[in-house]
Amino acid sequence: MANANNTAVCGESGVVTQTSAKPSISESPRPASRIRKATLRKISYQVIFYSALLGLWALLAKLRIWPPYLFPAPWTVADALWAGLKDHSFLIAIGVTMKRMLIGYSLSVVIGMILGIGIAGNRFLEETVGPLIVSLQSLPSICWVPLAILWFGLTEKAILFVVLMGCILSVTIAMEDGRRQMPRIYTMAGRNLGASGFRLFWYVMLPASLPYIVSGLKQGWAFGWRSLIQAEMIFLTLGLGQQLMMGRDLNDMNTVIAVMLLIIALGYLVNRFVFRTMERTLQTRWGLSPTV
Amino acid sequence: MSAHSHISNSVAEPFFDQRKPARSVTLARPATHSFRQVSATPKVKLEDVSLSYRTESGARLLALDGINLQVRAGEFLCIVGPSGCGKSTLLHLIAALQRPTSGTIAIDNATVTTPGTDRILIFQEHGLFPWLTLAENVEFGMKMKGLSRAEREEKTRHYLRLVHLSQFANGRPHQLSGGMRQRVALARALATEPDVLLMDEPFAALDAQTRDMLHDELEKIWAETGRTIIFVTHNVREAVRLGDRVALMTFRPGRIKKEFLVDLPRPRHLEEVEVARTAHEILDSLRDEINKSLASEYAAEYPAGGSHGQR
Repeated sequence: MANANNTAVCGESGVVTQTSAKPSISESPRPASRIRKATLRKISYQVIFYSALLGLWALLAKLRIWPPYLFPAPWTVADALWAGLKDHSFLIAIGVTMKRMLIGYSLSVVIGMILGIGIAGNRFLEETVGPLIVSLQSLPSICWVPLAILWFGLTEKAILFVVLMGCILSVTIAMEDGRRQMPRIYTMAGRNLGASGFRLFWYVMLPASLPYIVSGLKQGWAFGWRSLIQAEMIFLTLGLGQQLMMGRDLNDMNTVIAVMLLIIALGYLVNRFVFRTMERTLQTRWGLSPTV
Repeated sequence: MSAHSHISNSVAEPFFDQRKPARSVTLARPATHSFRQVSATPKVKLEDVSLSYRTESGARLLALDGINLQVRAGEFLCIVGPSGCGKSTLLHLIAALQRPTSGTIAIDNATVTTPGTDRILIFQEHGLFPWLTLAENVEFGMKMKGLSRAEREEKTRHYLRLVHLSQFANGRPHQLSGGMRQRVALARALATEPDVLLMDEPFAALDAQTRDMLHDELEKIWAETGRTIIFVTHNVREAVRLGDRVALMTFRPGRIKKEFLVDLPRPRHLEEVEVARTAHEILDSLRDEINKSLASEYAAEYPAGGSHGQR
């Protein structure tokens, strides 16, 4: 994207990247008509692709190569989806799952950030806890389930624990990296202007590291989301994971696929509306070049 | 190569000292004012300030060596030296963003140990917070000081007007040119009403026209607000253009080699003959240090002979 007024802020501190001395607020680099055209093209591609996929699915179902209880048709899945939404069982499951996710994720973000900052700022922690965190990340979070059950029993706490273990490592590593990559000049400027302690963290270090940690926050969410669904499938205490297992127990392939679609849809929506928005906001505020 | 070995002491002149007048060159006009005649307590006082640190190879590097410096209230002091001589570090020490290995730094005779809004540093560039609007940037120091919202807003308006950027109050730093950004940085610094402004090559990354303009503006603002300014630059002309006094630093270890009183009438201009002549005199003293700096940078590829290294 060749826009002379965009100044890269993400590089090393102090690198001269300013390329223009134009004494006015820069304009949006792309004309509206071109953006509209690109969006239109994107949407038409997507419509064509997904209709074809759906058509193929319908065709295969119609041909009855496999029995319908193993390979259901799109419309029977749609029926199951509709039924689940109508009798509120899916809605309740979504509510329960999202609540667990929000609590677990918020906890991991707070703890992960503190840990990450600590590790980045302390030589001892960096050399001890740092490698531990990285190696722990190779452990699938589902492996924490036995431990969680023994510690907390089949409780809400145990599920939260598994979610926490799912996201916290990504958040910690992201924060640690962000703290390190963040240009030091912002911390110096902040201290110089009288910020210290918590206010330095809250008003300077946190916003300054955001562009570097947003992808880690996103990854943390994705890992946490997977851990949660996995945990719910084992614990069987409400939630989408339980709905999925119930479908299996009842030999109801329609429900199984309907719940899978729900899980995918929720994941997509959160990514689209929470993280994309966050990235966009950062890009416009910081003047980072947009990634379309 | 040891950092010390090729520095001979004969290069360094005595530091500025109240009892023992430094070899100041008084230029163009007889000195009508001098730091020696003014009040006994200087605004900023550096006594025997040294800084050394370990390099990655484990060698001890003496960055600053016994710096003695006094700046009176309202004075505009420029510090010049080759790159790598520790000029910026000196400002960081005064701002207390770094602690000296030895020696004391005092503002109004009170030793400084923590950063404070009485000394605001303006960075070469990228010192503004990109996540805040210009107004929020200017407000930042006042917010940390705990000023009320009404007071902050009023002062923000005032200082943005002072640097002629009122209409961009809600813009973001990345939307501005380099010169505009430095003006915001100046407004942000002034808004906390510091006693001392520390400027670290603030105009080095700007084009010549913008720099000229900012020199004029800075001189005017300095005259209006009466702040004490310590301005670091590697550009001797700029130092003469702005400073009441120019202190020359040596290259590794950083020492104050010599001080020059610049007693030219204000407002000055970069192209004035007197400015050029004075700059030339200072540059003569600086040349050795620049050579040393270059020799260190180019190492073996630096041409043998010449005036660098031992004399």
